[in-house]
Amino acid sequence: MPSSLTTQRRLFVAFLRIGLLGFGGGPSMIPLVRAEAVTRYQWMNDEEFGDVLAIGNTLPGPIATKMAGTIGYRVGGVLGCINAVLAVIVPCIVAMVVLLGLFTRYRDQRWIQGMSEGVVPVVMVMMAQLTWDFFQKSRAVLGWIVTLIMGAIAGGLIYGLDIHPGLVIAAILVAALLRPDRRRERSGETES
Amino acid sequence: MIYWDLFLAFFIPNIIGYGGGPAIIPLVENEVVGRYGWMTSQQFAETLALGNTLPSPIATKMAGYIGYDVAGIGGGLVATFATVAPSLILMLVALGTLYRYRDSIKVKSMSQWVRPVIMVLMGYLTWSFLSEGVGDAGWIHTAIIAAIACVMLWRLKLHPVWAVLLGLVYGGFLLG
Repeated sequence: MPSSLTTQRRLFVAFLRIGLLGFGGGPSMIPLVRAEAVTRYQWMNDEEFGDVLAIGNTLPGPIATKMAGTIGYRVGGVLGCINAVLAVIVPCIVAMVVLLGLFTRYRDQRWIQGMSEGVVPVVMVMMAQLTWDFFQKSRAVLGWIVTLIMGAIAGGLIYGLDIHPGLVIAAILVAALLRPDRRRERSGETES
Repeated sequence: MIYWDLFLAFFIPNIIGYGGGPAIIPLVENEVVGRYGWMTSQQFAETLALGNTLPSPIATKMAGYIGYDVAGIGGGLVATFATVAPSLILMLVALGTLYRYRDSIKVKSMSQWVRPVIMVLMGYLTWSFLSEGVGDAGWIHTAIIAAIACVMLWRLKLHPVWAVLLGLVYGGFLLG
């Protein structure tokens, strides 16, 4: 059994590596987390890892920090939890603050202005891709008709009637919870 | 109070944002640009573009930077805390119960039924970036950049960092 200091150091190094290599945001980091927690340090086996991932997916919020916190807590208690979360997020937040700070300082330069205009269409394309991804995921489970109808109703409420999206989502979550649980009859079906 | 506003602006999107980091982006935009007016949608797009070129989760990078931009280091800490802590604490506290219900159709329905709403929010954000681009750079430049970005991201499956660099270089030389 390694000393607790060694454990904390390993947790920090593992999640620092995950944070720095995790280009593409949270979901792209899942295989990296598995490589550290299961393969390299053997803090858990594949099945336990799958459970943590499944539970994380049923909760809101970013997946990467939920996984870091849970694994950190299992391995090193409350300190391990804080340690792992900080290791995964802090370095890149600092990098972001520094880079955007430089960008803002030279904002008056014409070519910096041009750069900030040139990047907007790129972000638009990325956002379009995410929209499409969510449509595909939703279609796979709900079918495209239900997806489009739900989308149209939500759009009407949010942009037509100016209702806060949080209220619309909260209403849907309550509806999902009130849904009759027919797990037993449907346990044979697989979803997404 | 600014810290309380920051906390709410990031707490709400994250506690209703089923579907991981990217699902939270349009909800954060709604608070930061729409409700509190801390940034224009142009600044939000820049932050998102830069965030996409750096590693680590997108939701926490956005929170850390926007919080810092609005209220300094304290603001960055509050916004990041609001993003990370609630769902993580929920997960740690309810791990046993959640483990039992992880296959429940109700629990699964929650994240599945929210997807069409997130899709609409993202679609709307796409549209607002489009009109922003056309307004600032003109539709010809917007169409050229978007077309090249599409090819890079969808056909060649390049990492987003290259598409963002393309936008920066093109803009620096041709729009400056």
